[in-house]
Amino acid sequence: MATNVKKMKPIWFFVGVILQVMGGLIFGISLYDWIAGVESRTVLANLHPGVWWGGLMSLAGFVFELKNINASIE
Amino acid sequence: MQAIGLHGVDWAIILFYFAFIIGLGFYLKKYTKSEDDFFLAGRRNSSWVAGLAFLSANLGALELLGMTGNTFKYGMFVAHFYWIGAVPAMLFLGIFMMPFYYSGRIKSVPGYLKLRFDEKTRVLNGFSFALMTLLVSGINLYAMALVLHTFVGWNWDVSMWASAITVAVYVTLSGLMSAIFTEIIQFFLIWFGLFLVSILGIVEIGSLSEIMHRVPEAFSKLWSTSGDPTQNGMMVTWGGIVLGLGFVLSFGYWTTDFLVVQRAFSAKNLRSARMTPIIASFFKMAVPFIVIIAGLLALVLSKDPNSGFALMTDAGKTNYDSALPMLIARYFPRGLVGLGITALLAGFMAGQAGNISAFNTVWTYDIYHSVINRKASPKHLLWMGRVATVAGIIISVATAYWAKSMPTIMDYMQAIFSWVNAPLFATMLLGMFVKWITPNGAFWGLIAGMGSSFAMYLAVKFQWISTSLITFSKVASDMAANFWRAWWAWLICFVVTIVVSLFTKKKPDEELVGLVKGLTRETALEKPVWYKRPAFYAVLSLVIFVLLNIYFW
Repeated sequence: MATNVKKMKPIWFFVGVILQVMGGLIFGISLYDWIAGVESRTVLANLHPGVWWGGLMSLAGFVFELKNINASIE
Repeated sequence: MQAIGLHGVDWAIILFYFAFIIGLGFYLKKYTKSEDDFFLAGRRNSSWVAGLAFLSANLGALELLGMTGNTFKYGMFVAHFYWIGAVPAMLFLGIFMMPFYYSGRIKSVPGYLKLRFDEKTRVLNGFSFALMTLLVSGINLYAMALVLHTFVGWNWDVSMWASAITVAVYVTLSGLMSAIFTEIIQFFLIWFGLFLVSILGIVEIGSLSEIMHRVPEAFSKLWSTSGDPTQNGMMVTWGGIVLGLGFVLSFGYWTTDFLVVQRAFSAKNLRSARMTPIIASFFKMAVPFIVIIAGLLALVLSKDPNSGFALMTDAGKTNYDSALPMLIARYFPRGLVGLGITALLAGFMAGQAGNISAFNTVWTYDIYHSVINRKASPKHLLWMGRVATVAGIIISVATAYWAKSMPTIMDYMQAIFSWVNAPLFATMLLGMFVKWITPNGAFWGLIAGMGSSFAMYLAVKFQWISTSLITFSKVASDMAANFWRAWWAWLICFVVTIVVSLFTKKKPDEELVGLVKGLTRETALEKPVWYKRPAFYAVLSLVIFVLLNIYFW
C-alpha cells in the first residue's frame, strides 16, 4: 500500500509482549510467595498456580515474540 | 460487600494493560493515513487476525459474567448460545453470504442495502443500527462500572470515565485497526485469565464427569429435556431453540450485525474474508469450556455446605453474575487476580471499542455521507470518523448515566437486538438469494418486521396479550419469549417483503451483478486446492458441532 511505506509489526508480536510481561510479573510474585512462605487463603494454594500459569504465559509470550520479531505486514 | 481484594502486583498488571493499549493506539496512528485505514483497517488483515477479532467483538465481559450466571440458573442449556446459536450462522456467513458482501467492496452492511436495494433502506438500517449500537455501548459502560464497583469496590464514575477516555483515545487515533488489535489481545487475556478457573475447579472437584454427576440431571443435558418446557430451567421447547435462537436470532446477529461483520470486511482478500467467521466458529465452540464449566462448578460448590462457597446477594436476591468473580476470588492468588480483572476489563473495553468503531463507520458513510454531505472528500470523511468516535463515546457516557438513573432500561436490551437484527436477516436472505425482491419490498418488510417486534415486546410486557400466544406453551421464561418474538418478527418481515415485491418495480439485473445469487460470476470465487478451501474447514467445524451436540445430548 503506497500510503504505508514503513512496515508495521504484526499483532502477534504485541500479543507476545503483553503475555510475557504479565506472565513474568505473575511468575515472579508467585515464586517469591512460594519461597518466602507467604500464606495464601485461596483454595488449592498448595499447587502454586501462579508459578506454573505465569510461567506458561511468559513462555507463550516469548514464543510469539521470537516468531514475529522480524516479521512485518504491508 | 466486594468479592475481590487487589494487591500492588494486581494494580501493576492492570495499569500496564491501560498503558499498553494506549501506546498501541499511538503506534498504529503512524499507519492510519487514509479513510480505508481508519474504517477498514486498510483491508490488510489475515483470516486469523480477522477471525479472532470477529469472535472477540462478541466475547464481552458482560457475556462472560452473564452466561456463567445463566449456567448456574439453567445448566447446560446455555451452551445452545455458543453452539446452535452461533456455529451454523457463522458457517453460513462464510460460505454463502460473504462473497456478496465482499465482492461489492462495500464499507458497511447498510452499504450493501444501498447497492442491492436503495438509499432509503440503507438510511433506515443505518439509523436503527447507530441507535442500537450507542444504546448497547452506553448500557455496557454502565454495566461495566457496576460490575467493577460491586466486585472490586472501584468508584463508579472513575472506572467508567477511565475506560471511556482510554477507548476514545485509541479508537480516535487509529480506528478499526486499534479496535481489532485490542480485541485480539482481549482474546488471549480472556483465555489466560479465565480458563484457569475451570482447570482449578476440575482439579478441586476431581474430574469433569464428577462435576456433571453432581449437578441435577436436567442441568447436564443439552437436548433431551427440550421436549417439555417444564423439564428444563429455561422453560423453552426445542422449537423455540431451533427457530428462535438457532435460526433467527443467531443468523440475524452473526450474518447482519455490522459490529462483527466489519471484522471480515477488513480481511485482505475474499478467501480470508470467507475464512474469518469459519475460524471464529472453532473458538466459539470452545468458549463453554470457560463459562459452562465455571457456572456448573459454582453450582456444585454452592450445594456443598463444606465448600464455603456462596454467590453474592443484593438485598436478599442472589446475584448470579457474581459466579465468575467469586470463583476468581476462591482460586486466584495475587498476580492472577490482577490478570483475571484485566481480562474482564479488556472484555469490556474491547466491546466498547467494537461498538464505537462500527458506529463511526455507519455514521460517516451511511448517514453523514449519504444524507448530510454527499460531496465530502476522503480526507473530510476521515476527519468525520474521528469526530464521530468522540461523539459516540460522549453519547455512550450520557446513556450510561441515564441507565444509572433508570435501571429498568436494562430490560430493553434483548428487545433492541431482536428489533433490529431479526427482521434484517429476512431482508438480507431474500436480497442475496432472490433476484426479484424489490427495493420497496425490502423497505416495507423491514418496517413491518421492526414494528411488529417492538409491538410484541410492549404487548407482552404490559400484558395486553398473553405470552403463550407467541410461545405456543403455557409456561415460558423471558428468554423463551425473546426467541419466539424474534422468529415472528423475522417471519413478518419475510412475508411482507415478498408480498410487496410482487407488486412493485424490481431493479434491472445488470445493477445486481455481484450482489445476488445467480447473477454473480462464479469465476470471481477463488478455487484453491481442497484442503485450503473455506468449505473444507466449514465441514470440519460442522462435524465438531454435531459431535458436541450428540455427546451432551
